[in-house]
Amino acid sequence: MGLSNKAAIVGIGATEFSKESGRSELQLAVEAVGHALRDCGIAPSEVDGLTTFTMDNNSEIAVARELGMGDLRFFSRINYGGGAACGTIQQAAMAVATGVADVVVAYRAFNERSGMRFGQVSSWANAQVNTNGLDNAWSYPMGLSTPAGTVAMQARRYMHEYGATSEDFGRVAVADRRHAATNPQAFFHGKPITLEDHQASRMIVDPLHLLDCCQETDGGQAFVVVSAERARDLPQVPAYITAAAQGSGADQFVMTSYYRDDIGIPEIGVVGRELWRQSGLRPDDMPMAVLYDHFTPYVLMQLEELGFCGRGEAKDFVKDGAIEVGGRLPLNTHGGQLGEAYLHGMNGIAEAVRQVRGTSVNPVSLDEKPHVLVTAGTGVPTSGLILSR
Amino acid sequence: MSGVLRPQHNRDTAYFWEGTAAGELRLQKCNACGALRHPPGPACPECGALDRGHVRASGEGEIFSWVVHRHPQVPGRQTPFVIALVTLSEGPRVLGELLGVDPDTTDDLIGARVRIDFQRVDDELTLPVWRLA
Repeated sequence: MGLSNKAAIVGIGATEFSKESGRSELQLAVEAVGHALRDCGIAPSEVDGLTTFTMDNNSEIAVARELGMGDLRFFSRINYGGGAACGTIQQAAMAVATGVADVVVAYRAFNERSGMRFGQVSSWANAQVNTNGLDNAWSYPMGLSTPAGTVAMQARRYMHEYGATSEDFGRVAVADRRHAATNPQAFFHGKPITLEDHQASRMIVDPLHLLDCCQETDGGQAFVVVSAERARDLPQVPAYITAAAQGSGADQFVMTSYYRDDIGIPEIGVVGRELWRQSGLRPDDMPMAVLYDHFTPYVLMQLEELGFCGRGEAKDFVKDGAIEVGGRLPLNTHGGQLGEAYLHGMNGIAEAVRQVRGTSVNPVSLDEKPHVLVTAGTGVPTSGLILSR
Repeated sequence: MSGVLRPQHNRDTAYFWEGTAAGELRLQKCNACGALRHPPGPACPECGALDRGHVRASGEGEIFSWVVHRHPQVPGRQTPFVIALVTLSEGPRVLGELLGVDPDTTDDLIGARVRIDFQRVDDELTLPVWRLA
């Protein structure tokens, strides 16, 4: 039994994205889930499944209580932070497709700018009394202790091996901010940048500039998943879940998979191969994609691992506006996490749904190729989706 | 250095930190098949044996990748500083701060030869660090 097109995302909802929400993380979750349920006309009492991921401080039962939900038959919480974003939709789709639950809500909400900042040194991650904490003993005490630092370590070696430059990373930064400039929800609304701006921005961890990095965000995002059959009776255009995959590679670590022979992110290759297998589609069938972009270098590496170009060729692929609207493969049409907000990948899934519905502020035609590829956190065990009209 | 983040450790990894305190860079070695490994763990991924020991590494290697950390501030350290990921002559990679290099003027360090040194934080912790060979 396959999973392809058995379930659909029928409701999306989010709070505003800000630097200081002024309310609790649980309230953000409740608001986002409430918006998503109203979007599809389903009552909270009908929800019988909830899924989220680690680094979310709102338990499933707390969200259920606040929204007046009743019996829950399915609840799950996936490990590895942002790598789990698309995994929540996979969990929801599997639950719905197998009849384990009928209405599953995936959610993510945090005050990750005004509260515990993800871009600062993650002392808590080093202090974990579990194998993740033991893994971090080989990097955090040595001073490599921020997301930008761990990505920069991969980026430097990638530049060395394939001749990529900071300007090549900058083309991702420019494309995302261009898309964000027309998105009223985005931090970079009305603020496009140039490659010169990118190059002039201060160094955070060499070789990463400030404009290679996403911005810490307060906010919440939620999705409602039901069976494809039910989806057809609901008000919104369904975003059918054509493929949904998780991926982890050999000798995998969280952000510090530096011990393999080759640099890179083979875990996203695992996701890609599974997405193509489940869907029967190929990279050429994608009119656009939403690729996880907490930092620019991993967007280039993802293009290669997913098969949009060969190893080391992404620096050429992204030239000449190829990844901007109107180009060969527009990426992150909402502005991405670099330009819109850093909602741990969940806002990218929302953009894919809007593209399927035809409601994106930067619409890409899905008439001939009705699919959108979405990926989740990179440098960690990760996940991905193909959504279709 | 007193505010530096402390490593979690358990019975699988204690030998490494006992080694740094004694001025040795230690690598896990499988007593069954001889495979060397870092970071360590209770089993040998090569042969499956749970019988492991450790050897003293040469402490020499080559920089595989490196960064200059500038922002944000890091507990127990002054920014900017250089961190190097080093491939040991024995094969495994070990991460550590690279001392004695000017972060603002250094050329690309990939391929540079380095040797191990040790930075004593206090009675509880000694960190491995790198210096150019």
